[in-house]
Amino acid sequence: MEGSRKGAVDMLAGADLSLGLPGGDGAKLDFVRTGCKRGFSATEVDLKLDLNAKESPSSVEKVKPADPARPPAKAQVVGWPPVRSYRKNVMAHNNKNSSDEDQAAEKGVASGAAAALSFVKVSMDGAPYLRKIDLKMYKTYKELSDALGKMFGSFTAGNYEAHQGMIDFMNENKLKGLLNSSDYVSTYEDKDGDWMLVGDVPWEMFIASCKRLRIMKGSEAIGLAPRAMEKCKGRG
Amino acid sequence: MSENNRHHPQQNHFCPAETMSEDEDPCRPSPPPPPPPPEPVSKKTRNCAAVHPSPHSDRVLEIVLEHVLQFLTVRRDRNAASLVCKSWYRTEALTRSDVFIGNCYSVSPARVTTRFPRVRSVVIKGRPRFADFNLMPQNWGAHFGPWVATMGKAYPLLERVYLKRMSLTDRDLCLLADSFTKFKDLVLVCCEGFGTSGLAAVASKCRQLRVLDLSDTEVLYDGVDWISCFPEGETCLESLIFDCVECPINFEALESLVVRSPALKKLRLNREVSIGQLYRLVVRAPSLTHLGTGAFGHPEPQDPNDQEMDYGSAFSACKSLVCLSGFREVMPEYLPAIHSICTNLMSLNLSYANIGVEQFKLLIQHCCRLQVLWVLDSVCDEGLQAVAATCRDLRELRVFPLNAQEDVEGPVSEVGLQAISEGCPKLESILYFCQRMTNAAVVAMSNNCPDLVVFRLCIMGRHQPDHITGAPMDEGFGAIVMNCKKLTRLAISGLLTDRAFAYIGRYGKLVRTLSVAFAGDSDTGLKYVLEGCPKLQKLEIRDSPFGDAALLSGLHHYYNMRFLWMSTCQLSQRGCEEVARALPRLAVELLSYEENEEMDNETVDVLYMYRSLQGPRDDAPQFVRIL
Repeated sequence: MEGSRKGAVDMLAGADLSLGLPGGDGAKLDFVRTGCKRGFSATEVDLKLDLNAKESPSSVEKVKPADPARPPAKAQVVGWPPVRSYRKNVMAHNNKNSSDEDQAAEKGVASGAAAALSFVKVSMDGAPYLRKIDLKMYKTYKELSDALGKMFGSFTAGNYEAHQGMIDFMNENKLKGLLNSSDYVSTYEDKDGDWMLVGDVPWEMFIASCKRLRIMKGSEAIGLAPRAMEKCKGRG
Repeated sequence: MSENNRHHPQQNHFCPAETMSEDEDPCRPSPPPPPPPPEPVSKKTRNCAAVHPSPHSDRVLEIVLEHVLQFLTVRRDRNAASLVCKSWYRTEALTRSDVFIGNCYSVSPARVTTRFPRVRSVVIKGRPRFADFNLMPQNWGAHFGPWVATMGKAYPLLERVYLKRMSLTDRDLCLLADSFTKFKDLVLVCCEGFGTSGLAAVASKCRQLRVLDLSDTEVLYDGVDWISCFPEGETCLESLIFDCVECPINFEALESLVVRSPALKKLRLNREVSIGQLYRLVVRAPSLTHLGTGAFGHPEPQDPNDQEMDYGSAFSACKSLVCLSGFREVMPEYLPAIHSICTNLMSLNLSYANIGVEQFKLLIQHCCRLQVLWVLDSVCDEGLQAVAATCRDLRELRVFPLNAQEDVEGPVSEVGLQAISEGCPKLESILYFCQRMTNAAVVAMSNNCPDLVVFRLCIMGRHQPDHITGAPMDEGFGAIVMNCKKLTRLAISGLLTDRAFAYIGRYGKLVRTLSVAFAGDSDTGLKYVLEGCPKLQKLEIRDSPFGDAALLSGLHHYYNMRFLWMSTCQLSQRGCEEVARALPRLAVELLSYEENEEMDNETVDVLYMYRSLQGPRDDAPQFVRIL
């Protein structure tokens, strides 16, 4: 995950990326759905369908969603499937095989209010919609990176996957290289309103302070680099 | 028990029965909707005066009317009666003993107590249903406090309070217990905000307590042993339901309570009660009709030297048992103990019991009289086929997911649904969670189960098409609205285009409640429904591409609805403001998910709007903006 340019903050503040449209007819079909948090696979499928409401659905192609395009289990949407938390918690408790689920359930029970607030919007430059994720679903930067990669992977034509896991802040040259490339990096807005490189701080501190995520091209993230670079230099 | 002979598909069978189902026609407990008809009033009084000139005769008429109106129990009828003329309005108001408030913010407590001075029973509902799924930020409202404060003074003889999705504090419960000396029934469904202290207040002060039912309600454990707070001596308890209470229980106190409650018919224990403890209770209360078994297992391994308890005999002594639930931490080896009573069962709730297919089949084969069944999908299609083979009388089926996620293999599918439709032709209500479905199975159900009143299908993967043909699920849901002529409640899922909504608008003429998620293509979809469904009362929509144009197409209907919920759709503030301008008696609430975020004009997180006679509420938290 890489950083973003400080100067890009102004763009970010105004840019509700749900309205950002790449040009062309192919993208137009997606326009009716912008702002709506749709499943990943559906987007893939729908681009092939003629969605003019007046036409009869018999013109709808029969397309099966490709498995790899389906959203990963961990990138769950708030309140879906519609099962009450009480039931989810009880079943997680009974499901003694999975200790992960127990932890998640306990968190859910203990922090009902907090749970709702750990959802953050994730946007990606060039993607026509936003996603919302629950940061508490993940335990490490790697898990988050994997999930984001799957969510937005098709828009980056593989450039995102190249940089899974934490940025190597120790290696100044590597960091420089990343930020000069057209590969994508992840940034986040923290509680103070500053935009930071993801991977900067320990995970717990990150999920406590992250308000919003944005994935952008490394070259646009250079503004944040000085902070990261300083840290690199500091470590020698 | 009459309740069991006549299955009501709208009642939540494992929640304490409402006396009035949710889906009866809307009640307006407050004065008639704007504008009230002035003419009939004057005509009627003129006629009365002409025929009966003396005041004595007028009074006689009123007395007769009072007596006659007391026989009217259905609130739809009472509402109609109240509209006839002023005299009828007054008399009806004096004789109404049961008040139903479908939305706590639609009317103020004072207005209710002013109009209806002699109320004995009150039903109040608060939050909308989607709040159960974390779609509504915490602390939105629905406080019981103002209601108990007002009613405490106005209705000293109040006997019954039923609350659903309300927030109440320990103080509220104390006030309730102090205010109503003849208090009998407290039923709390999906409520929260109080703890065991509040329960203790009710237990100790309400000497005539008959019913204490907590379902899906969160109770904080603050250390108080509420079970011990019931008074000494015989109690009037008929129903004690606390299976959702996640607190330790003083078992000796509970046992003593059961022993001194000779009228006890319904007992639902929480999972703190082990099977050994259950045994002790059951042998003391063999005339129970409804039993929630608690854990139906035990946390510690049994000492093999302990005398093996004859659970089978204990249960078979319960000849009146018709409704069984619990099994919160079930140990399957104990299940055979209930085989003997299965033949009497009308309702069985195994939805917290993760038992395997074979265990389930062994159990269900005895349940030939079953009308209501709740299970987990771990019973698999095969288990559902067994249900279809045995439970020919089934009226209600709910299949919950063991694993409520999108991306997993599901154990139930169209195969189970098809089997049920073939084996259970009397089905009236179904809730079915699955990972994959076909139009063919849904169509089959629409043909085989014409009595369906409630059809709720949740295909857990969003935008999932028919997994065999790849087509949207439009045709399946279309068939349901077309063929099930009694349908009043519908929840749709899977890949759905505007065509599905066209079907609903065209054929769903009795639909009162509609749940929509991740469905539709454009505004046209919602328009079809708003224009086509005259009985629509409750519409909840999430994550669907409906915008301002669609919202505005329903202006003619919103005063007739209990509420409209739209979250993460494509509404703008401007659109919502336009609705608020056009319909002044509508409370239009915009909720924001993010704290301190300025609501920009392009997106509305949540729109929740409802008719209201009291104007904007004064207890709205910061994230709510009322237009």
